[in-house]
Amino acid sequence: MEIKGPVPVVPAPVWRTFKDLQEWEALHQSRPARGDTYSSAFESLTEGIHAFPGGFLVTAPADAFLNWARKSSVWPVTFGLACCAIEMMATFASRFDVERLGMVPWASPRHSDLMIISGTVTIKMAPMLLRIYDQMPDPKWAVSMGSCANSGGPFRHGYHVVKGVDRVIPVDVYVPGCPPPPESLLNGLLLLQEQISHFRRTGQRGPANEKVD
Amino acid sequence: MTDTDAGARIAAEFPDVVVTPGGSALTITVPVSQWLAFAQFAKGALACRWFSFLSAVDWKDEGLEVIAWVENTDEHFNLLLKTKLGPGQTACPSLVSVYRGANWMERECFDMFGVVFDGHPDLRRMLLPDDWVGHPLLKSYAVDTPYPPYR
Repeated sequence: MEIKGPVPVVPAPVWRTFKDLQEWEALHQSRPARGDTYSSAFESLTEGIHAFPGGFLVTAPADAFLNWARKSSVWPVTFGLACCAIEMMATFASRFDVERLGMVPWASPRHSDLMIISGTVTIKMAPMLLRIYDQMPDPKWAVSMGSCANSGGPFRHGYHVVKGVDRVIPVDVYVPGCPPPPESLLNGLLLLQEQISHFRRTGQRGPANEKVD
Repeated sequence: MTDTDAGARIAAEFPDVVVTPGGSALTITVPVSQWLAFAQFAKGALACRWFSFLSAVDWKDEGLEVIAWVENTDEHFNLLLKTKLGPGQTACPSLVSVYRGANWMERECFDMFGVVFDGHPDLRRMLLPDDWVGHPLLKSYAVDTPYPPYR
């Protein structure tokens, strides 16, 4: 039985050279630091008001109001990576109903304040996660959901898993569990709201709250 | 055609091939030079038209061993094809010209083990990123090999 196949072609080596890898690494390391970015005019204005004698009478209520506004409408971008996403969907659904906390699961990072990383972050997925996180407007938060996103979890000794999503983006709240039940995620989201309410100077993150962390 | 008939035909056609009956398949150890010819024989004469999977085993000092499983679904017998590439060798003939289903299997095998399949039409990485260095399922690959910038 004669079987004709495709014409054999041996391709060039597929991996990039080590020099290209170094350039790619330098490109990623030269990215700006990820944090809350405000204009210098805004920062100098708020700092000036706060430094003025009696200025805290203005900034403290302003902080309270703005933080109340922020924590009352945290919109999470849906970013389901693995089985934790099922629990995240259950949290979004009617029984646990995060919409009563003002959280609307939204499909666009441009309109979202929160990213719930629910699942295993592989090294191949990490650049996409970083890109979506960069597309979210400030101020933004991240909740690491589940053992895999916290530390790599059961796949920590694999060759392809990022050992904790905090090696890619800054994380505010870690929710343990494999996967965390909806009650755990809901607890984490309430802790995040508590943390948001402790922003100071109209948006700068304060030191870690003992009650929260 | 039964297992014993198939074993007799293989022994008559390929004297260098070692046939080991037992289990749910005939285990057939083929020299690398006859890998492609035996696959053509298995698909043509033995009518094993169902290509189930292809993978590899890293035997450290003894080198890599490529394994494949083909089935004759009409007469219900299976062949487990094995070939040892030899110490330090990574070249293996490609089965894509016989079984088109071997295409992605061989790409994955190249991805994970670094087996270079001669004659493969599109030998790129299958699962890992294109800029990955190394082949992670080799036993010489350390699991904590850094992959910048994420760890």
